[in-house]
Amino acid sequence: MKPAAFDYVRAEHLDEVLAGLAHQGGDTRIIAGGQSLMPMLNMRLARPRTLIDIMRLPELARIERKNGNITVGAGVRQATLLAWPELGEALALVAQALPWTGHVQTRSRGTVCGSIAHADPSAELPLVLCALDGEVHLRSAKRRRRVSARDFFAGMMATTRADDELIEAVSFPADQRRCAFREVARRHGDFAIVACAAVATQDGVRLAVGGVADMPVTREFPQLESGALDDALNSFAYELGARDDVHASARYRRDLVRLIGADLIREVLP
Amino acid sequence: MSRLPAGQRHTVQFALNGKPCGGEAEPRMLLTDFLRHEIGATGTHVGCEHGVCGACTVEIDGKLARACLTLAVQVDDCEVRTVEGLAPASGSLSILQAAFKRNHALQCGFCTAGILMSLDHFLRETPRPSEQEVRDLLTGHLCRCTGYTPIVRAAMEAAAEMAGDKSREKSDA
Repeated sequence: MKPAAFDYVRAEHLDEVLAGLAHQGGDTRIIAGGQSLMPMLNMRLARPRTLIDIMRLPELARIERKNGNITVGAGVRQATLLAWPELGEALALVAQALPWTGHVQTRSRGTVCGSIAHADPSAELPLVLCALDGEVHLRSAKRRRRVSARDFFAGMMATTRADDELIEAVSFPADQRRCAFREVARRHGDFAIVACAAVATQDGVRLAVGGVADMPVTREFPQLESGALDDALNSFAYELGARDDVHASARYRRDLVRLIGADLIREVLP
Repeated sequence: MSRLPAGQRHTVQFALNGKPCGGEAEPRMLLTDFLRHEIGATGTHVGCEHGVCGACTVEIDGKLARACLTLAVQVDDCEVRTVEGLAPASGSLSILQAAFKRNHALQCGFCTAGILMSLDHFLRETPRPSEQEVRDLLTGHLCRCTGYTPIVRAAMEAAAEMAGDKSREKSDA
């Protein structure tokens, strides 16, 4: 398992990254922490002609808090965000979910934006971005745009990022609302069989589920009586279209959605 | 910007366990293969080659990393620390290594280099860990021999010894 050949570019300016993507974006991959991309290269599931390394660009390595948003640059490692002193107070849901992302040994290298770019349906960071209704900041040589999490993920490891676009950052609305996260995996740190995140909203709860459908799915639940809530969660569990795989059966996944979903919704409701 | 073309070998220089070292690598060469085949530092083991098993764990610039998920060209100018850097002198063992030996925390030894690197880093940052914290760290490694219990015991003993507690009876692992 060795990567196929590629040119390696160590970018020193953001313009070089954008020019490279504009020139042959379809054949170029951005490498940051490499914890998602390198396995894909080693297994030759990805065979780019050029790899552009963005980890020596200080302007991408920032965490900024402005206008009620926490913006995390493309070079910010997961361990760096986890150690950010304001995390617990500003982004309690991220603080709860991030320890479940990979292991100490991968969070030390892997980036927040890299996990979101990879869009694994079981990954925690895409799930949390959806649950908090965050945004992905995309930039190409020609334009900048922001896409909401719900419009960014497009399927199994697929996103609406265009070939010439760099994920420059992602932003989470700073959130003091009640929230909760829970996950079931074979080992702590493995990809989730089912992961759920719940955030209190104006008139109920937003529940996001990962690991079941081919991307994170969110659903608003109004305040319901216990029987009605169980029915609503049951319908939701079926709508996710769970599949059997080597890790768990579809039925087990639906069961986890019903059980964890009900627990989390009760937890975050006042 | 520096572009290193595919199919050509490029000079890579870094500090390995505090000493300058270097060689040549194609862009696609993994750090695991560079260490083992170019440098001859075979202490770092190659297991799954997709970041899951933890056998190749090393330190890059003071942070833990899977060498199989790192390109050799990425560590240019970096400081790399491997299992060869743990023992204070040739023929001796570090406190952690000695605790592994005493507790039979290894059988085949394939996973050991990576686990030692993780624990060495962790115990410097967390001098008095709980057993749960040690077990949480070990989720990043696969060991198919020991069942982990002796590894946890060795880690707890080493932590106690490093903290100056010689009783070695803190752990019921």
